[in-house]
Amino acid sequence: MTGADPVRLYRMVRLIRRFEERAIELVRSGHVVGGIHPYLGQEGIAAGVCAALGVDDVVAGTHRGHGHVLAKGADPARMLAELCGRVTGLNAGRGGSMHAADFGVGVLGANAIVGASGAIVTGAVWARRRRGDDTVGVSFFGDGAVNEGMLLEAFNLAALWRVPVLFVCENNGYATTMPVAGAVAGSIPGRAAAFGIPAAVVDGQDPEAVRDAASAAVDRMRAGGGPELIEALTYRFDAHHTFEHAVRLDYRPPEEVARGRSRDPVDIQGDRLPAPVRADVDAEVEAVLAGAVQFALAGAEPDPADALAHLYASGLTARTGGG
Amino acid sequence: MPRLSYRRALTRALADELARDESVFLLGEDIRVAASNVTAGLFKRFGPERVLDTPLSEQAFTSFATGAALAGMRPVVEFQIPSLLFLVFEQIVNHAHKFPLMTGGQCAVPVTYLVPGSGSRTGWAGQHSDHPYSLFAHVGVTTVVPATPADAYGLLVSAVRCDDPVVLFAPAGALDVRADVDLAALAPVPLGRARLHRRGDDVTVVAVGHLVHDALAVAEELADEVSVEVFDPRTLYPFDWEALAGSVARTGRLVVVDDSNRSCGIAGEIISTVVERVRLVAPPRRVTRPDGAVLPFAPALDRAVQPSREQLRTAIRHVMKDG
Repeated sequence: MTGADPVRLYRMVRLIRRFEERAIELVRSGHVVGGIHPYLGQEGIAAGVCAALGVDDVVAGTHRGHGHVLAKGADPARMLAELCGRVTGLNAGRGGSMHAADFGVGVLGANAIVGASGAIVTGAVWARRRRGDDTVGVSFFGDGAVNEGMLLEAFNLAALWRVPVLFVCENNGYATTMPVAGAVAGSIPGRAAAFGIPAAVVDGQDPEAVRDAASAAVDRMRAGGGPELIEALTYRFDAHHTFEHAVRLDYRPPEEVARGRSRDPVDIQGDRLPAPVRADVDAEVEAVLAGAVQFALAGAEPDPADALAHLYASGLTARTGGG
Repeated sequence: MPRLSYRRALTRALADELARDESVFLLGEDIRVAASNVTAGLFKRFGPERVLDTPLSEQAFTSFATGAALAGMRPVVEFQIPSLLFLVFEQIVNHAHKFPLMTGGQCAVPVTYLVPGSGSRTGWAGQHSDHPYSLFAHVGVTTVVPATPADAYGLLVSAVRCDDPVVLFAPAGALDVRADVDLAALAPVPLGRARLHRRGDDVTVVAVGHLVHDALAVAEELADEVSVEVFDPRTLYPFDWEALAGSVARTGRLVVVDDSNRSCGIAGEIISTVVERVRLVAPPRRVTRPDGAVLPFAPALDRAVQPSREQLRTAIRHVMKDG
């Protein structure tokens, strides 16, 4: 359990919130190139789900993946260095925001292909289980992914072979700009039901509700149960991607955004804490992130001569591209 | 010496690797009953967890294999039909191939994709007759096309042991090739190493996969008029450029016979690389499928778009006449 109690859960949602805000500052200052897909508003899901996991469990996430990586236990400083493309980053500057991974804490990577993580996590957990581990896995994805055939195929494999994978659908209402109502026939729990996978719908803005649902599912899976699905209802507070800060796309009415932002997981969890405790956690998180920013910006830039380092695990070297 | 068929060489390689290494397992469609007649006897010998029969979910089971590899396994995925590689190109290229670099070297993805019956099987028509090895060489996935039983054995063993993804094409045109083989002498064949099947002085014919046998037959037919060297790259990526440059430096002439579509096929890459390095005495020639070929059903049409011995003879005579 990396953060099951109320204070630790608050600490994680707050850490993810402030991490994203600091990252956006670094996008604006030009230190993070390529922008990010902010997780703002959805922090309670990663924090709540990962609070139910152990360090040996595995997760894989999405292009909006910073929260999953942090909640599973990655070092925020190395994560931020990765966003800045430094050799000190989690992926030595080779992955960036959309591919941040930390195998040491069971993060098989943020993954920028929608719906891709389901089958990968299923295979990883199946393999661990064959060796006698009691590993469970989590595949995070958004509402857009439930229309990807590959994910539905993964539901089938996991259910068929009873692989304990918790499929967590973060339904933030939009696949980029496409509203769920315009994209999803049937329902998200209905997708699970079709494969005989138990499904629960939870308030994704309440970190404890998410944690409770995830813990119950993980307990059942550890006791020998097959895969489960949680649909966490949430709202993305910011842009699909930071490019929207410069290019306004008209797809969410301002009233809807205001209503969505009124249920803030940081406040929902923070209000459960005595004010001085919350203030202490906030101060601690600020200090961690101040250190993280300093660490990230102090990291060395990668050497272009090593641009294709790690391309092959076998040691094969690729031909160069010059004349 | 016993006669060993190409197909049984593949079976033997799989059996030996399954027996040698607990982390090796097979998955694919109908492999339980060996519909492709490659996994014959393996289900009975190794059981359902190591010979994992899958539903028709190519995309999910390909990424399932990636996940299992990330967790330390060495999966071998069989595809009954070469054209299925188009369906899983995404899973192989975007995930299995990219993970080591994107994660900054945190992982390896040692998966073998085995395609028994690649290319035309006469009468299997447009969606079962492709030979897409050039695509994998293009994206930089290790790509192997053995021509003989001993090489099929040795290259498949090396593919399974390789720490990177490897696609092994077993051409339909070679599956029934038999050879006298000292079974005790069967051994791994290093990836990336070519084989000279026939020494010659006048022209180097590079032949891929089953076309090696056509090239040898044509070389024999033309023996009185021209001395043909038959060069079998065996691995298309990484390619044994040193060996080929050495061969062409001696003969001064080059013909490539390759069962790819012409545009962006491996023959184009072979010719380009050779002419960058070696001064030829005559313009090189290639014999390939036509641009954009879709294999038509009727046998005469099917044959009409595959490289033929007649085309190879003509190409050899051209390079002899031209320089």
